[in-house]
Amino acid sequence: MPFENLSERIQFSLRKLTGRGKVNEKDIEDAMREIRVSLLEADVNYKIVKEFINEVKTLALGEKVMKSLTPGDQVVKIVYEELVKLMGDEAVPLNLKKAGISIVLVVGLQGSGKTTHVGKLANYLRKNNKLKPLMIAADIYRPAAINQLLTIGKQLDIEVFQMGILTKPQVIVKKGIDYAKEKGYNLVLIDTAGRLAIDEPLMQELVEIKQIINPDEILLTVDAMTGQDAVNVAQTFHEKLNITGCLLTKLDSDTRGGAALSIRYLTHIPIKFVGLGEKMDEIDVFHPDRMAKRILGMGDVLTFIEKAQESFDEETALKMAEKMQAGRFTYNDFLDQIHRIKKMGSLKGLLAMIPGIGSQIKNLNIDEKKFVYIEAIIGSMTKEERQNPDLISKSHARKTRIANGSGRSYQEINNLTKQFEQMRQQMKAVMGLDESQMEKLSKGQAPMPGMMVQRPKKGKGKNKGGFRF
Amino acid sequence: MGLFDLFKKKNKDEKSKKYELGMKKTRQGLMGKLKSILAGHSEINEDLFDDLTDAFIMADIGVETTLNFIDALKEDPRVEGINSVEELQPIIIDKMFELYLKGEIVNNNFNINKNGLSVFLFVGVNGVGKTTTIAKIAYRLKNEGKKILLAAGDTFRAGAVDQLEIWAERVGVDIVIKKGATDPSSVIYDAIAKAKKENYDILLCDTAGRLQNKVNLMKELEKMNRVISREVEGAPQETLLIIDATTGQNGLSQAEAFMEVANITGVILTKLDGTSKGGIVLAIRDKYKLPIKMVGLGEKMEDLEYFDLEDYIGGLFIGDDE
Repeated sequence: MPFENLSERIQFSLRKLTGRGKVNEKDIEDAMREIRVSLLEADVNYKIVKEFINEVKTLALGEKVMKSLTPGDQVVKIVYEELVKLMGDEAVPLNLKKAGISIVLVVGLQGSGKTTHVGKLANYLRKNNKLKPLMIAADIYRPAAINQLLTIGKQLDIEVFQMGILTKPQVIVKKGIDYAKEKGYNLVLIDTAGRLAIDEPLMQELVEIKQIINPDEILLTVDAMTGQDAVNVAQTFHEKLNITGCLLTKLDSDTRGGAALSIRYLTHIPIKFVGLGEKMDEIDVFHPDRMAKRILGMGDVLTFIEKAQESFDEETALKMAEKMQAGRFTYNDFLDQIHRIKKMGSLKGLLAMIPGIGSQIKNLNIDEKKFVYIEAIIGSMTKEERQNPDLISKSHARKTRIANGSGRSYQEINNLTKQFEQMRQQMKAVMGLDESQMEKLSKGQAPMPGMMVQRPKKGKGKNKGGFRF
Repeated sequence: MGLFDLFKKKNKDEKSKKYELGMKKTRQGLMGKLKSILAGHSEINEDLFDDLTDAFIMADIGVETTLNFIDALKEDPRVEGINSVEELQPIIIDKMFELYLKGEIVNNNFNINKNGLSVFLFVGVNGVGKTTTIAKIAYRLKNEGKKILLAAGDTFRAGAVDQLEIWAERVGVDIVIKKGATDPSSVIYDAIAKAKKENYDILLCDTAGRLQNKVNLMKELEKMNRVISREVEGAPQETLLIIDATTGQNGLSQAEAFMEVANITGVILTKLDGTSKGGIVLAIRDKYKLPIKMVGLGEKMEDLEYFDLEDYIGGLFIGDDE
C-alpha cells in the first residue's frame, strides 16, 4: 500500500484539489472515495465514514465552495473542520474535586493498558495537579496483576493499597478509600481487572464498585489499535457505567487510531488522555483539534511547544541565547541541551510532531544512542576543555586522550569537535540576524535540532515571548 | 495428528458450540448477519454488494482484502447464473474458504521435533495475551504427554515473570526464571541449556510485548531468534504471532513487521470470546500467507482450540444486525 497513514492518504487525495482553479463534482467524488477508503483503513467505524463523507460532500458542493476563491483550500478546510467536529471540539479536562478526595476508576478490556496507565496517570496528576495519589489494586483475577501495580508504585514512589486476591474488589476499594482518607491522600486511582463488556457478572462487579465509591471519573482504556468493535465495547461499558472519559493507549504504535474518532462520535465519550509509550511519563492530554491537524499533516505543533516549554524554562533559554550570540557556547552548554532534549522524550517522537517532518521520518532510524556517545565524549573532557572548546580542536594529544577515556574512536572525537565548531559559527550568525533575515532562514535549515530558544529582546528579561522555531 | 482436517466431523458439534458460546452473540446464530443481508434484498445489485462490503469491513477483514473479494464475487461466473439472492450464500462461503485455503492444504498442527527438543517462541504487541496463551498451550501439550518447560523471557513488563510463574504452577510445568535479568536472550539461553540437559520435549518462550515500530525492540527479538537457532538445530520450530481479535487494520502492519525479524510460522488469535470478530487474520492470511493455528476463547487454561475455518467463518457473520 502506498500510504502508511491517514494523514498521508488524505494529504495525497487533497493534493489533487489544492492549487487548482476550479473543483468540479467529479474531483470531489474522487477525493471522497479516497478519503472513504483511507478512513476505513484507519479503523474508523464504517457508519461514521458514511456520514462523514456525505457531510463533507454536501458542504463541498454547496455554495461555500462557489464563493471561495480557491475551492481546493476550501475543501481542505471543510475536511479539517469536520474531522475536528468528529472528535469533539475541545480538550475535556478531568473532573477532579477542588477539596477532598478525588476518585478515578479505570476500566477496560484485557490488555488495553489499565495497570500501566493507572501508574502513568497517578504520576501525571501528582506532577501537574500537585495531588497526593494512592493507587488501589482491585484486579484479583489476572495472575500477578497486583505485583505489577506494586512494581510500578515502587518505581514511581507512589503507595499501592492492596488486600491480596482473596478479598472481593468491592471490599478492597471501600477499605482503600478509607485508608486514603486516614492517610491524607487526595487522589485515588483504582486499577480493575480487564473484562469483556458482555461478561455480565464482572460488569455487575463494576456497577457495584461504582455505587460503593461514587467515583469522580470512570475512565475507559481503549487500545488505539482497536478495529471496528471499539464502538460496541465503548457503548456497552457506557450503558452500564456511564463512562466519563477515554484513555487512548498505545498511540505510539503505527496505528491510524480511527477508534478514537468512532468512540467520540458515536458515544460522545470524550477522549481525555493518550498513552504514548511504556515509560511512566509517556502520557499526554488528548487534544482533538491537534489530532485533526495531525491527520491533515499540519503537525502537532502545539504539543511540541508545550513539551519544549516544560523542559526549557525561559530564564535558561535567555541565558543560552546570549551565549550563543556571543559565540561563547561551550561543551557544558551542549551537554545541558542534550539533557533537556532527552527529558522531552525520544527525538523521533519529538520530530514526528513537527509539521512536514512527521511523514518523512517514518522510516528513519534515529539512533538515540548517539546522545549517549556524545555524553560519554564530553564526560571525558576536562573542565577546562569544556569551557574552552578551542583547546581540543587544536590538540591531537587531547583528542586521543578523550577517545581513550570515552571508548569512542578518534574519528568520532574529530567529527564531534568539527561539528561543534560549525554549530558555534552558525549560532553566532543566526543570533545576529534581524527579524526579516530570521524569517528567510526559518524557511531553510535550523542550526541544530532542538535549538528552540528565543532570541533575547532589547531590554533583557522583560517582555518574554513565546518560543521560536 | 494429521493434516488440517477441514471437514472432520468428530467433536464438531461440541466445538461449534464452544465457538458460538465463546463468541456469545447467538441470537441469530452463525451466519445470521449474512442471511439477514441477503434476505433484505430482492435482487443482486450494487446495493447488495455495498451491504456485503459493510459486513466484511465491520468484521475487521482488511479493506483491501474486502474490496478485492467483493470485486471477485461480482465477476464470479457462478453469480451470473443464479436466479435468487439466497443462492449467493453458498458462493460467498465457498469463496471465503478459497480466500483462506488458497488452493493449499493448510496444516495448523504444531511442528514438533520427534527426536529432541522443540522450541516455540511467542511474539506480539503489548496486551494481546502472550503469557496467557503460553499457559494454555503448555496445558494442552502437557496433557498430550509432552515434557514442557517455560522460559520467562518478558524481562521488561512489571509483573510479567510473576504472572508466568503463577501459570506454571497452576498448569504444573517447570519454568526458568532469571531474577533481575534484563536481556531476554540470556534467559532463553539458560532455559535451552536446562531443557537439553533434562530432556524436555518442548520449550515455550515468553517475550515482552513490543510495538512493531520500535526498532530496538524488534532487534532484540532478532537476537533471541538467533540465540535459539544457534543453540538448537532447526529451532525455533514455531514462532507464533499473537493477534488480539479486537485488533483492526494495524494487524497487517504487525504481521509484516514481525515477519521481517522472525520466521513467523503461524498466528494465534486471542480473545475471540468477546464481541470482536477478529477478521483481520483473514487479511493477514490473504496478504502474508500466515496460517491461523489456534484460537483463544476465554481466560481459563482450557479455553484454547485449534483453528476451525468453518466455525470461524460462521462466527464472522454472527447475529447483531440492526
